[in-house]
Amino acid sequence: MKLTLYVWRQKSAAQEGEFRRYDMQEVSPDSSFLEVLDLLNEQLILKGEEPIEFEHDCREGICGCCSMVINGRPHGPKKLHTTCQLHMRNFEDGATVYVEPWRAAAFPVVKDLVVDRSSFDRIIQSGGYISVNTGSAPEANSVPIGKEVIDTAMDAATCIGCGACVAACPNGSAALFTAAKISHLGLLAQGQPERYDRVLRMVDQMDKELFGSCTNHGECQEACPKGISIKYISMMNRDFIRATAARVMDPKGAMKAQ
Amino acid sequence: MGLVRNFYRTTVGKKVVMAVTGLILVLFVIGHMGGNLKFFAGIDAATGTHKLDHYAAFLRTMGSELFGHAGVLWMVRVGLLVAVLLHVVSAVQLSRLSMAARPRSYAVQSFRSATPASRSMRYGGMFLFVFIILHILHFTTGTIHYQGFEHGRVFANLMSGFQPWYVPMLYVIAMAALALHLYHGVWSMFQTMGVTSPAWNNGARCIAKIVAVILFVGFSSVPLAAHFGLVEGDNTPTAMAAIVER
Repeated sequence: MKLTLYVWRQKSAAQEGEFRRYDMQEVSPDSSFLEVLDLLNEQLILKGEEPIEFEHDCREGICGCCSMVINGRPHGPKKLHTTCQLHMRNFEDGATVYVEPWRAAAFPVVKDLVVDRSSFDRIIQSGGYISVNTGSAPEANSVPIGKEVIDTAMDAATCIGCGACVAACPNGSAALFTAAKISHLGLLAQGQPERYDRVLRMVDQMDKELFGSCTNHGECQEACPKGISIKYISMMNRDFIRATAARVMDPKGAMKAQ
Repeated sequence: MGLVRNFYRTTVGKKVVMAVTGLILVLFVIGHMGGNLKFFAGIDAATGTHKLDHYAAFLRTMGSELFGHAGVLWMVRVGLLVAVLLHVVSAVQLSRLSMAARPRSYAVQSFRSATPASRSMRYGGMFLFVFIILHILHFTTGTIHYQGFEHGRVFANLMSGFQPWYVPMLYVIAMAALALHLYHGVWSMFQTMGVTSPAWNNGARCIAKIVAVILFVGFSSVPLAAHFGLVEGDNTPTAMAAIVER
């Protein structure tokens, strides 16, 4: 099949980027999207041009590296897919395809399609530790947790931190990512001691990274390759309100008489 | 105070402020619409004045034993003003953050779940803000009223005020904007306050739809009925001329 690619080329964060057109012939419908970019890069190298820089690692949808917006949709047109899992049979012969990096102030472009997502790492770091003992693994059933709770926590924990939620959000908000990370610990027994401190710190860090604010469009859950629900955003908001209320209560119980 | 400041400094805190003030405004608007329906209550045979005028007088006299004439009314007005200002200030601050967070838009725009309602919140909100100012100048102060505005004669003011065709049109358009704003806003309020869950999300969505539809129908009925003379009362051409005359 034939393909017209418009790929975002940008030398560095400081320089202006632009779309460049690449016409591709004889692309196999069975090849993955990343394989098409590999093919294109080989052709570019043979022509002596600079290859397109893009991020990839596992190529099986679990590492969250392959960050690119394809025709306005993070990870391309298919739901619950990462770019590496996307195959060319999902495109029509002769299709025109725009490939861009995630567009967010908190994700500056490093080069071409590669963005710096360390803002996500700092949000996770701000969450701090959870109080579990080190050493050998504890007996599996020593802390009983309900099936629905485990499932809900596990669904949140499937977040691979790819950033598609931010890329899809018209506000560039990281609410779904932060909410998933907060919720998967906040739901479990092991996450309770630091639960309310964690939500305050992680929300604070999210804001410091210059992400936008959630207006509940729901675009993030459509783009999420793991199908993480916006119910976690509701949970984050709930925990944030409770955490603030808990501070009002003064946990140590000190009272001034006068 | 530090706690409030820290809470408001975060995006989630600002959103909660928007949700709470939004709830106050929605409840007010529902009450406002209920009161407007007195427009269809007809003339009180005992006094010969319209029941809507009685209701308007009641709004001033309610609680007057405790708070003086129109005391409660002014408390509500101040409360609403504060709610509107907080709602607008947070909206402006959050919008600025969000616009800065997406410095360059995509070459191809593609929305999967964002609706015209959710995408028009900012513009609809700005339009409603202007409309509220016009509306107060129109029927509260009478500054931009068509002709013959008289304090306390609410029914007559409505009948004359809605005579030019563009006035009811503006009102119906504004109510459509309000319905669109609340179609997303009411559900969004539940989500922001963290009370939604998959189990009753349909319920929350349903409340938003019902509020939007009821407010649109209820509010639009008055300007349309007044303009087309569909209501019992002094809306004959001679009576209208008398109002204008006064």
